[in-house]
Amino acid sequence: MFETKSGVFLIAGLFFFAIAFLGNALVPMMMYRDLPELTAEQLVNPHVMEHFRDLSERYPESFEEHFVLGPTEENCAEALRLGRSVYVGEACWHCHSQFVRPVGNETVRWGPVAETWEYQNELQRPVLFGTRRVGPDLSREAARRSNDWHAAHFYRPVDTSPGSVMPEYPWLFDGAVYRPNKRGLALITYMQFLGTQLPTYPYYERWESDLDGLHPGVGIPKERWEQMQRAYRGAEEASTSASIEEDDNTDSPATEGDEKKEDAS
Amino acid sequence: MTQATAQPLPTQSRPLVCETLVTLYFVMALVFFTVALTAGFVMALQLVYHNPLQGIELFSPGRWRMVHTNAIAYGFLSNAFLGVLHWSIPRLTMKPVLSVALSWFIFVAWQGIVLATAIGILYGQAQAVEWGETPVWIDPVAQLGLLLVCFNFGAPIVAMRGPMYVSLWYFGAAFVWTFLNYAMGNFLPQYFIPGTGAGAIMGLFIHDLVGLWVTPIGWGMMYYFVPILLKRPIWSHGLSLVGFWGLAFFYPLTGVHHFLYTPIPMFLQYGAVISTIAVEFVVTTVVINFFGTIWGVARKNLRENIPIRWFYTGMVLYFVTCFQCAFQTTLTFQKIIHFSDWVVGHAHLVMLGVFGFWVIGVMVYLFPRLLGTEWWSRSLLEWQFWLMVSGKILMFITLTIGGLVEGFAWYNLTPWIETVTMAVPFWAFRAFTGVLIYVGNLLFLINIVMTWLKREPKQPSLQAA
Ligand code: HEC
Repeated sequence: MFETKSGVFLIAGLFFFAIAFLGNALVPMMMYRDLPELTAEQLVNPHVMEHFRDLSERYPESFEEHFVLGPTEENCAEALRLGRSVYVGEACWHCHSQFVRPVGNETVRWGPVAETWEYQNELQRPVLFGTRRVGPDLSREAARRSNDWHAAHFYRPVDTSPGSVMPEYPWLFDGAVYRPNKRGLALITYMQFLGTQLPTYPYYERWESDLDGLHPGVGIPKERWEQMQRAYRGAEEASTSASIEEDDNTDSPATEGDEKKEDAS
Repeated sequence: MTQATAQPLPTQSRPLVCETLVTLYFVMALVFFTVALTAGFVMALQLVYHNPLQGIELFSPGRWRMVHTNAIAYGFLSNAFLGVLHWSIPRLTMKPVLSVALSWFIFVAWQGIVLATAIGILYGQAQAVEWGETPVWIDPVAQLGLLLVCFNFGAPIVAMRGPMYVSLWYFGAAFVWTFLNYAMGNFLPQYFIPGTGAGAIMGLFIHDLVGLWVTPIGWGMMYYFVPILLKRPIWSHGLSLVGFWGLAFFYPLTGVHHFLYTPIPMFLQYGAVISTIAVEFVVTTVVINFFGTIWGVARKNLRENIPIRWFYTGMVLYFVTCFQCAFQTTLTFQKIIHFSDWVVGHAHLVMLGVFGFWVIGVMVYLFPRLLGTEWWSRSLLEWQFWLMVSGKILMFITLTIGGLVEGFAWYNLTPWIETVTMAVPFWAFRAFTGVLIYVGNLLFLINIVMTWLKREPKQPSLQAA
């Protein structure tokens, strides 16, 4: 058996492969078969629509040119699909992961640990877990940054993030940073979708310790939000001598807060 | 070994081996190798802020990164493997491949598929399957091509009588595995299974491409060429058996280790970790077997016989990667090193440091036989060896250390951008080691061209090369 053709072709070739396939591929498939797979239309939610509308207001000319009917849910779904295909085609997924692990302090940095249901949708076909992080995880990216931050960043990453090695993507724009083209708008929409599915959206670094019973962002009282921001500033100034302006590439909570405010305004 | 006389395309009495094809496969392998090195170098320059092609859509570093890996897997290694299979399978079975016309068709189709893959990726049509970024519209063609490969090489194996030599176990099983694996990885996650379940399958695909195509063909090649070059048999047949069957059983089970700590069920992750560690024991038996084979004549051969030196360097590095793998697959190590340059170093060591080196060793051995003349310059071969080996080992070291630095910095919640600038010195050194490898490759190309130019013009069929 060990040196015969049938042994090699049938047992090693077919049978062992089949065992591995049964155990490693069919088992998870059966386990998750009851989780519905959502379409892009079903994924469109109020959070991502908020950003999509914001895009239409910030970049009215580009937006009207490429999404004729305005910020509708259908257009948003289309943008998500296109944004994802740009994400795949540019190999963003080779520099950014899309899952948060339960180890390595990742929940502090990005948000809750990834769960299977988050991936049961059309935009994760094939799934975009990723295996390398040159840049940060993006699975909870929505609302971390404002739309125009993303535009500026895609146009020339070092402008927003000095020292960044992320490539420039000028072809996502019609000649200037304030004119993202269809692919640019779609990619930004996709960025602002990642993480909106989760009940505790949005997230930024050290999101958990800042929660304090409430979650910041959508739905919390304005006074409370400003109070939290003052608290961050105070803590920041006490702990480091660096001023907030100089420090805007360090992902500190204060900076995040600023952007959040910009975004909301 | 009887040398089949190379004649122009055969009519009545077919020669056992179509040597022109072997030469052409090797030439194409080196063409794609050069493309892959160039693409990798573009990406390396991007990471040290000196990408000269910044801002040009077709030179988007992400796209070139995918060209880099695909050109290595399908352009360089697979082309070279097909050449080796054309050389060795007819000799091992004493039967020619199924059909010469089919062989030529496969050769042309294979180059077409690899080129189309590269162009498709450059135009932003990649498929989100790591190591399988081939655009979806090419996948069915590639699948068909693999089927033809199975038929063409399967025919002599099926037709032969008597016991099969070790190499044929590896080759035969690799054909079955690769056909199944390609279908599994490229079609299931795209069309049939969403999300996490597909993640498990893509893990299997990534690993089976390396473990069930590159590895078995590579070892089959070693079992064939090492005894011929050393003029002595493999040390232990028993260990050969253990090595093959251990690999066949454990390797397919390891794939999920690429996605540890994802939502893939934890018991599958544990299973993958355990079988990965089991593979390392199997690998050790194979490496022992080969060192047993060279025992006693090692010093002389390593000094004088350049192909043997390439082979055994690759084997030492193979043992290093596998030893490393037994640790890095554990959840403890994963916590720190996953996502970091450690893994990149590991992948480079396997693909070039082991299988690339073996393929180059085979080329060093076969080109003089294919061209019918000695190498133009032996000292260039020496320079190439030392440049590439030192480049590779230094690259491995810098990426491994860089990976640890990154991993711990992430763990410490260092602001992300600082973890990037921290890695830049390691990347700069990596770019330098890439230059060493690149120069080594250029020396090889020069040497081949000069050897080709000085050959006796008695083999008209080779002019096609
Ligand atoms: C060479 C690897 C690389 C590639 C390719 C890459 N990035 Fe990045 N990315 C980085 C690095 C490094 C950072 C961190 C520094 C910075 O903010 O620019 C980053 C940061 C980001 C951020 C900011 C995250 C945050 O909130 O701090 C976003 C969003 C992002 N990338 C999206 C993308 C998208 C979309 C693509 C594909 C079009 C992409 N990246 C391609 C390396 C890369």
